[in-house]
Amino acid sequence: MDLVNLSSTALYTAFVLYLIATFFFGATIRDRRTDGKKGNAGKIAIIITVIGFLAQLVYFIARWIASGHAPVSNMFEFLTFLGMALVLAFIIIYGYYQLSFLGLFALPIAMIIIAYASMFPTELAPLVPSLQSHWLYIHVSTVALGQGILGVSFVVGLMYLIKQVDQSVKSKGRTWLEFVLYLLFVLIGFVVITSAFNIANYNATFEYSAGNQVIATEYHLPAIAAPNDSSLVTEGVMKPWFETPGWFQGEDAGRKFNTVIWSIISGTILYLVARLLFRKRIGATIQPLLKNVKADLLDEIEYRSVTIGFPVFTLGGLIFAAIWAEVAWGRFWGWDPKEVWALITWFFYAAYLHLRLSRGWHGKKSAWLAVIGFGIIMFNLIVVNLVLAGLHSYA
Amino acid sequence: MRKVKCECGHVNPLGTVLCESCGKPIAGNQHIDGNDGKKLLNMRYDGMARRSQTYTKSFVDRVWSFFSSVKVGVWLIVIALVASMVGTIFPQEMYIPPDAPNRAPSVYYEEQYGVFGLIFYQLGLHNLYSSWWYMILIALIGVSLVICSLDRFVPLFKALRNQKPKKHKSFLSRQRLYSESYEITDEEVVKLKEKLKKRRYKLTEANGHILAEKGRFSRWGPYVNHIGLIIILLAAILRSTPIFYMDEYVWVREGETTVLPGSNGEYYVENKDFILETHDDERFRETLEKEGMVASNYQTDVVVYKATRPIPGAEPELEPIVEDSIQMNQPLEFDGYELVQSGYQLNEFTNMTFKIHETDDSNEESLGTFTVNLMEPESEFVLDNGFRVVLDQYYPDYYLDDDGIPASETNFPRNPAFVFFVYPPESENAEVSFLGIGKNIDASGENEYKLGIADFEMHDVSGLSFKYDRSLPFFGIGAAIFMIGVIQGMYWQHRRIWINRTKDGELLMAAHTNKNWFGVKKDIETVIEDTNIKMVDDQQELDEKEK
Repeated sequence: MDLVNLSSTALYTAFVLYLIATFFFGATIRDRRTDGKKGNAGKIAIIITVIGFLAQLVYFIARWIASGHAPVSNMFEFLTFLGMALVLAFIIIYGYYQLSFLGLFALPIAMIIIAYASMFPTELAPLVPSLQSHWLYIHVSTVALGQGILGVSFVVGLMYLIKQVDQSVKSKGRTWLEFVLYLLFVLIGFVVITSAFNIANYNATFEYSAGNQVIATEYHLPAIAAPNDSSLVTEGVMKPWFETPGWFQGEDAGRKFNTVIWSIISGTILYLVARLLFRKRIGATIQPLLKNVKADLLDEIEYRSVTIGFPVFTLGGLIFAAIWAEVAWGRFWGWDPKEVWALITWFFYAAYLHLRLSRGWHGKKSAWLAVIGFGIIMFNLIVVNLVLAGLHSYA
Repeated sequence: MRKVKCECGHVNPLGTVLCESCGKPIAGNQHIDGNDGKKLLNMRYDGMARRSQTYTKSFVDRVWSFFSSVKVGVWLIVIALVASMVGTIFPQEMYIPPDAPNRAPSVYYEEQYGVFGLIFYQLGLHNLYSSWWYMILIALIGVSLVICSLDRFVPLFKALRNQKPKKHKSFLSRQRLYSESYEITDEEVVKLKEKLKKRRYKLTEANGHILAEKGRFSRWGPYVNHIGLIIILLAAILRSTPIFYMDEYVWVREGETTVLPGSNGEYYVENKDFILETHDDERFRETLEKEGMVASNYQTDVVVYKATRPIPGAEPELEPIVEDSIQMNQPLEFDGYELVQSGYQLNEFTNMTFKIHETDDSNEESLGTFTVNLMEPESEFVLDNGFRVVLDQYYPDYYLDDDGIPASETNFPRNPAFVFFVYPPESENAEVSFLGIGKNIDASGENEYKLGIADFEMHDVSGLSFKYDRSLPFFGIGAAIFMIGVIQGMYWQHRRIWINRTKDGELLMAAHTNKNWFGVKKDIETVIEDTNIKMVDDQQELDEKEK
């Protein structure tokens, strides 16, 4: 078996193991109900998680050897690595707090991220000159680790909200919480719909002109939104309903926008099916699972993951980033959208840390901030690449 | 200055919330730290008197109070955050794509983004990060950093240096972690102390009362990291002066030697060769098929010369000092300057050679040739056989504009086109010819002579940044101090356990930490093992509070 195959098999294995581990973490709910001691389920769950993490490490190393550079250089590789960092952060924090419920929530989030990653092109890709530097590994892996740890604060913050937001009374908090959960469904919808049309091998080609060149772009989902000023080349496929507005910047903006529309459609359908199935809000469905977790402990883990993740993120996302930019581009800071959004993330968590000093910013408010903070990280990862093209458009 | 005397006998400065010695809440000052009506005491600054909370009369006091508020600091951060977001809605001026139809900001934003683009431009948001108000915002954050830190650091430092183990009961019972145990023997306390020492607590004792403390240095973390940030902000000011920072850009054609701008004529650079390589590796085949060519190397082979002028004003003598290859991620450094590979332009025309032949000669036999230097074209060419050619119009980068009139898109000879007047020997009447790549137009249709491209030479052009940045060490020091500060403040915690005893064997235990309550609880659980000391209660349960 060659290295590329080995690597993708290992990644697949890791994914399945995380799934199994999630079920075992789920099984610990029953343990807790009978007595305070941990049963075997928790132990098995964490062992499977660690094996899954090792499998993902095999993916990482095999792919590194196969391509000759650390697999952190495009969207697929980076997001996969982020999922891995989230699992690592979870394992570390589990080691300290021994909280099985955390696994029940952290692993699915990591799995969604990995599944989302594998919808991007997965072939080995060569490095453009600006990426050919050791700083690639140092910068990107530190950023991902920092974001993974901050991701734990998001997971825990979300758990806190699910536990604490009163589901019996209509409130802003209840609506927004449901909206955050709905967004997770949209991500899953993206994975489902992309995989479905990939298996069906769907293809529609559009042509449009940029400057003096004619560029062809391939759609693997039926076109609802065509590229701006384009014409459909493939015959016998669905005609687009409308065109992507011209102010969507970046390569293949039309195709990406089309994908977003499809994700929202399929995510909404999935969400509605789930609602029909459970006959209550998703938040209300999950809430009973968290009955036996102490809110205080969740609040503390959330705060601690920010305090641990913030320095790592600063080091990777700002300091190492600046050093590399100085070497590669001759300026350490250039107000490129990606750089600005890293600064925004940093400002946001700095504000969070200062707010924690004052009374009244613990609990729910702080949990909301943790959720929003990770939202900003995801925004920088997804929207900045999609809409605001910049020097970082490769990943 | 008025002082406040506590019942324990200690004299506290005005504005003290908790007695510096015994911790008893001082009546009338509890609103300062928001302790009114609360069960738990706010321990954030150990109840020290702070200037900002004590003196609020004069103008200076008010400014100080304003900036020392964390609330104000957070607001400043949030405003900066939102402003930064706004700046990314559309590209900043420097990121207007090079292939945009019109790169003038006054046109570009409206053309691309409609009325929102126009507003964006008119509000000056296309240069947001160098605008005066953004700078002021960042400066205000700097001021807030300094004042917040000073307002808290000085009293906190004093408070933590002189801690007394004996605390007032109302101080202990209003800590988040608290327990009361009875009939505790001296042996148990000895055991407790030993375990505390094992867990690396530092013990201070007085009359049987104990203060166990660890990780105090982590309290200085915030102040250390703020110093780092201040250094970074000062470095940014330094960088805005030409002494510390210079950045110039120069285009050098292959084979050309040109003076480096900003070096006062001291340095010259020669572009020997520009090299662009692409990936050609079997393992990337799939991607390369999909994406086409992917560059693997941008490289300029250069020689840098130092100019010496024996006589002022004379032509300089160039002495080579470095010969090297500049690649992306591998800038060339010499004499404190840096040359960075920053751009390139392939296949510009260096010169073009034309020949004249008779229009109806199918063999196109040459009657004479002339060569046009495309960088500095001459306007008239006289050929040996008597022909005279005048270059009437020259379009280095030819295109037809919206009105169908020939124009040049750039000043670089990438797609040259020409209008020539050809004067046959001893004739005063010119024939007009239009020539370009793939174009040869005789507007009148009556020309006796025709021009044709006989030969051409091409070159690449390399774009190099020429710069120095002497502020970098300061940024480095600032960043390092910042990192030390955040790690110190966040990866360690300041834990304190107070153990006070009364004569009848009663033992009061209270604990406080600035972070990680889980950790301090675990510590206490271990140290009270094998004793009758009761585990502390966590008096702040969010479950209760929020329900």
